[in-house]
Amino acid sequence: MTPLPNLLSHPARHRSTLGATALAMPQLEGLDHQAVVLPKVSLRQISLSYRTNSGERLTALENINLEVRRGEFLCIVGPSGCGKSTLLHLIAGLHQQTSGSVSVDGEAVHGTGTDRILIFQELGLFPWLTVRQNIEFGLKMKGVPKRERESRVRQYLRLVHLSNFENSYTHQLSGGMRQRVALARALATEPDVLLMDEPFAALDAQTRDLLHDELERIWSETGCTVIFVTHNVREAVRLGDRVVLLTFRPGQVKREYVVDLPRPRHIEETDVASTARDILGCLREEINKSLEAEYSHEKNR
Amino acid sequence: MKKTAKQIVFYAILLGVWALVAKLRIWPPYLFPTPWGVGEALWAGFADHSFWIGILVTMKRMLIGYSLSVLLGMGLGLAIGSSKLLEDTVGGLLVSLQALPSICWIPLAILWFGLSEKAILFVVLMGSLLSVTIAMEDGRKQMPKIYSMAGRNLGARGFRLFWSVLLPASLPYIVSGLKQGWAFGWRSLIQAEMIFLSLGLGQLLMMGRDLSDMSQVIAVMILIVALGYIVDGLVFKTIERRLQQRWGLAPA
Repeated sequence: MTPLPNLLSHPARHRSTLGATALAMPQLEGLDHQAVVLPKVSLRQISLSYRTNSGERLTALENINLEVRRGEFLCIVGPSGCGKSTLLHLIAGLHQQTSGSVSVDGEAVHGTGTDRILIFQELGLFPWLTVRQNIEFGLKMKGVPKRERESRVRQYLRLVHLSNFENSYTHQLSGGMRQRVALARALATEPDVLLMDEPFAALDAQTRDLLHDELERIWSETGCTVIFVTHNVREAVRLGDRVVLLTFRPGQVKREYVVDLPRPRHIEETDVASTARDILGCLREEINKSLEAEYSHEKNR
Repeated sequence: MKKTAKQIVFYAILLGVWALVAKLRIWPPYLFPTPWGVGEALWAGFADHSFWIGILVTMKRMLIGYSLSVLLGMGLGLAIGSSKLLEDTVGGLLVSLQALPSICWIPLAILWFGLSEKAILFVVLMGSLLSVTIAMEDGRKQMPKIYSMAGRNLGARGFRLFWSVLLPASLPYIVSGLKQGWAFGWRSLIQAEMIFLSLGLGQLLMMGRDLSDMSQVIAVMILIVALGYIVDGLVFKTIERRLQQRWGLAPA
């Protein structure tokens, strides 16, 4: 294996890549490239503002431009309050942006659609359904016939190693198992785009490491596009092909990093750690801003 | 077990005191019957089928009236819970209507429907509708938003979103309201039957009065309490317990 001394491309303005990896990056800026490779998901000048209860206008997201290529694993990191979860909700069609457009395969998104499935931070598993019924839910809504539903549920139960728990209710499972149910429920509908909102934040380190491995395996098997939001930079580097850093309120794309480390990776690897450290340096500025904002908010009260 | 023992002792003492007072003949037996007199009345009532018929007629009315109120109340409550405009207008009206004892609907029901089955059902409906509606409205608001979002995200919309997600998600929040609706409906029904005098337990109660048969009056009262207790305490408690187990809110 050739040593990769400079694994992280230091960003200039918006995006830069190492010379050697530039070829691996499709659709650079410029319209002529887009005609060749249509991005799977593209966000154009997305802004979102809303009125808070106290009446002031808050800009959550400002002029976000992002393109995600088919089959890419994109991670979004940022301080809390940068609107990264909101961004996923917009892509999922659960909320409407104030301006700009979200498109999938070149077509503008209106409302929810089973081509884009979001795994919520709180998971949102249905406690009145068993594990099997939870996984089956999306298929039922899609109108998949019973026979096919059964075989697909079995397949995804196996994929997340939960075949023995199909008749359990979700409160009977551990955190990691619940997480896997959510993953299976999302995957069973066979979405093109999997949106994940800090899904592993509440888990212990060992469970999280295992789920990283499983997610990476499933992603490479299904070839779906993943947009993964996290506040954990190491996790982002562990998983992502690319890491996008958002600024503190209003959320803007601060930098993009291409992570060109060989897979499978491990979160404890020194390469992962050193790459993460570089990103973290940049993120810390934003975290400080968010802390300052919180502090001044408290002072003003 | 200890609780049951206490209860047995309590009721034994109660019966004993009752029998003793009746034996002392402070009041004539037609005003203060003996426990065994009431027991005989109960036996006779079931033997000549009049109690069976009364129970059947009353339960049938209750089931129909209550089902109607659950259907209507859920729709109404869901609508009010989902719309700020309806909440501020209709919601406020419903809360103020709660101050109206359901027996007050009887004159209106008689004028609208005459002395008919429909009038009785109307009174039952009005008795339980408000509780069910307000419970559903609260349930809709208290229900964590995540379930509705997750449902939409997985492709549920319209009626299926309501039936497969919103309704089951709000059940733990509305079940106590449903229970209260049943209890209010039950009271309204007996009251209505006492006035309409067309079969049912309410009529049996009034018949006891007309015949100056205190034993029958008390026997029917015991029946009304027993039926109310069975549904309230057993049926709804079971549903509540099952729900809590399923949701992991209580130890299985």
